[in-house]
Amino acid sequence: MAASDVKLLGARPSPFVNRVQVALNLKSIDYEFIPQNLAEKSELLLKSNPVHKKVPVLIHGDQPISESLVIVHYVDEVWSGPPSLLPADPYDRATARFWAAYIDEKWSPLVRNLINATDEQSKAAAAEKVFEGLKLLEDAFVNSSKGKGFFGGEKLGFLDVVLGCYLGWVRAGEIITGLKILDETKTAALVGWAERFTSNKAVDGVIPEPEELVSFMKMQARAAAAADASSK
Amino acid sequence: MEEVKLFGYWVSPFCRSVEIALKIKGIQYEYIEEDLTNKSPQLLQYNPVYKKIPVLLHNGKPIAESMVILEYIDETWKNNPILPKDPFEKARARFWANFVDQKCFPALWKTIWSTSEQYEQNKAEALERLKVLENELGGKRFFGGDSIGMVDIVANFIGFSFRTIQEALKLDVFTEDNFPKLWEWAENFVNCSPVKKCLPPQDKLIANFPPAYMGKTLVSSFQSRLQLPPPGGC
Repeated sequence: MAASDVKLLGARPSPFVNRVQVALNLKSIDYEFIPQNLAEKSELLLKSNPVHKKVPVLIHGDQPISESLVIVHYVDEVWSGPPSLLPADPYDRATARFWAAYIDEKWSPLVRNLINATDEQSKAAAAEKVFEGLKLLEDAFVNSSKGKGFFGGEKLGFLDVVLGCYLGWVRAGEIITGLKILDETKTAALVGWAERFTSNKAVDGVIPEPEELVSFMKMQARAAAAADASSK
Repeated sequence: MEEVKLFGYWVSPFCRSVEIALKIKGIQYEYIEEDLTNKSPQLLQYNPVYKKIPVLLHNGKPIAESMVILEYIDETWKNNPILPKDPFEKARARFWANFVDQKCFPALWKTIWSTSEQYEQNKAEALERLKVLENELGGKRFFGGDSIGMVDIVANFIGFSFRTIQEALKLDVFTEDNFPKLWEWAENFVNCSPVKKCLPPQDKLIANFPPAYMGKTLVSSFQSRLQLPPPGGC
């Protein structure tokens, strides 16, 4: 598949974009990464995702696909050869999708709350909620991996990609809060999994270093404060 | 032997989605109505993370979250598919199902719980969402084409319950004038045989959303009985 047939509109710091990158890497698909300036959205982005105007957008041939989980499913179905990203069994697929939805809708907002917490009390309360969620994910990992290294078993799969691409932000959160979020005394299995995920070839170079994400966050906060000040 | 059970609640559109899919596939199932103020031990056991309905139990294995359940049903029982076969069309269907679920339903729901001060703003948001949907429907009979598919199923609230509640509360969000294509879709949708069998009784819906209701603060027990997001929570 020629690189020009597959384009990814994205932004490096986005874990949702990173998911698509890892999925394409796992399938050994060549693609053109077209970085987007989210403060000044391109014609191409607005045309390709008119409903949400967000990244990632995968453009395959001339067909755009939006929403990271929809795109990962699409990649798995179009390039259906090994490795499969989703499990073969429908019940295992349902379990993976359930946890993907939990991670996106429930757990990641908790991490955001923790990173944005302004005082020690709310930080501690937010941390407690994050750890509660991680305990659920630890159990999910143990059940899903069946003794192997990844949620997907022997190899990286859908749920590894979904959770794994948040690891940059989790590490950035640890720097910002001074707390250990992935803690081997609390969720040892996930700590081991995180190391295996980040050192996997398909992930290499995709997720920005935590320091880069911390700078990015600070830059965004400054931009938001400036916009706030200028609108007053 | 297949054993299929559905733990549900009569008014929940998320449960209706699952039932419509089961009916489309002709799957025999046992329906268990939950009392959301007194949830059964089975529900708490089968959905410990959220403790919510719907939960589908297939041969003793529980699946929670309506969108996850719909995909499971389509992958397990291959007759009368609710998702297209082509990967791009399938991706489109999933995109629009997410849009209905995450953008349309909350916006419409907010209009129902609006105080009179909030109503115009909430209505404006709902109208915007419905407009996007109307454009997407275009000239198609259903979002799924000639027959109903996942997007139509997930939009069941728009098709039936919302119009009933809207009429009871004298709201003017989803009107035939504003959205002629969507209105026609709704008429066709509620007359589909699998859908007809699943709709909550109209008089019961109206009784639970009396006209005197709009703009009043919710009684918390009523709110939890409905197990649907409160005004601020959408």
